[in-house]
Amino acid sequence: MEAFQQAIAERVAEQHRHHRMTQFFVVWAALLILTAVEVYLTYQNMPAVRMLTILIGLSLVKAALIIGYFMHMKYEISRMKWLTMCSLVACLALMMIFFPDALRIISLGVK
Amino acid sequence: MSEAALPHDLPDVPAAYEPSLFGTYSKKIGMWLFLLSDSLTFGALLYAYSYGRISTPNWPTPFHSESIVNATVMTAFLLTSSLTMVLAVRAAVFGDAKKQRLWLLATMACGMGFVILHGREWSTLIAEGLTLPVFPKLAEHATATEFADVAKTVPQFPATFFGLTGMHMLHVTLGVIYLGIVALRRTFIPILLVFWLAAWLGTPASSPFHYGAHILLVAAIVCAIILWLKPKVYDSADVEVAGLYWHFVDLVWMFIFPLVYLMSAKIL
Repeated sequence: MEAFQQAIAERVAEQHRHHRMTQFFVVWAALLILTAVEVYLTYQNMPAVRMLTILIGLSLVKAALIIGYFMHMKYEISRMKWLTMCSLVACLALMMIFFPDALRIISLGVK
Repeated sequence: MSEAALPHDLPDVPAAYEPSLFGTYSKKIGMWLFLLSDSLTFGALLYAYSYGRISTPNWPTPFHSESIVNATVMTAFLLTSSLTMVLAVRAAVFGDAKKQRLWLLATMACGMGFVILHGREWSTLIAEGLTLPVFPKLAEHATATEFADVAKTVPQFPATFFGLTGMHMLHVTLGVIYLGIVALRRTFIPILLVFWLAAWLGTPASSPFHYGAHILLVAAIVCAIILWLKPKVYDSADVEVAGLYWHFVDLVWMFIFPLVYLMSAKIL
């Protein structure tokens, strides 16, 4: 079994050897630039909801870059990509069930 | 593309075993499963913070420019550590042990920079009155005004702030230890003990880090037991799996930074 696992690990390592190093520097620079944009927006005194929407959008782009390139998910097989990402998104989305309650408290005016 | 690059059947391996369902080795799948469960932990904490923010009309925005600059530098440290981690994995798959160790040490240095900056920020906030009932009382609290008011009027803010960022700081600290073991193996245990003593004796008894430093001692004992039970030379697969954990820590911060700091900034 150990030999089998090592053979698979060697295949994965071989795949890594074909990645261009420059792509990692490009992703790193993109992440830094997106962070700078986020900080710049903070100083623009935008309405909170619009600000939140843009920041969440930028964070999702940064998360996709990290998962796709740094965590190599882009190079995994489709089954791995879909099962892990769909289950994660579904579980996190289910937690949103609490937000209507938070809005209810505000509209009730509870102190 | 990847389907073709990584076939499920391995012709050079005896056909005694079934092909890998996910096209990769089981250690990596195990780490992904752990990270999925851990992301739900952070998801719950972030949702708790957001719930508090939505349901509290007078939610404070206490972070001045200095805090935002500090958090931005912390973010740059983490992003750079992710790059050095990728380079460590790359060195590992090419069999360059020296470069692999150097990049891992660079990653650890960035992680330690993050923890030190975060610890300094926590200490400043606590001294200015943003504190929790479990933290020791300080003499400065008697004269503290702005942050003390926040802690009294909206206790959800310090509770969720310290809970969320504390959990993340713990993950970064454990990540640095994990990488230290992968890079230096047994040599890292005495180094870790030195860090523990420095953190314990170097912080005042009134600081939450004074007792929090004992996490390093517990980690040193656990790591010593693991290395004693299963001594091994870590290969490229181990470095890649450690890298997954490290990138995850970076990933979580990409949501904490805007939601907690940027959305609570007080820019004059």
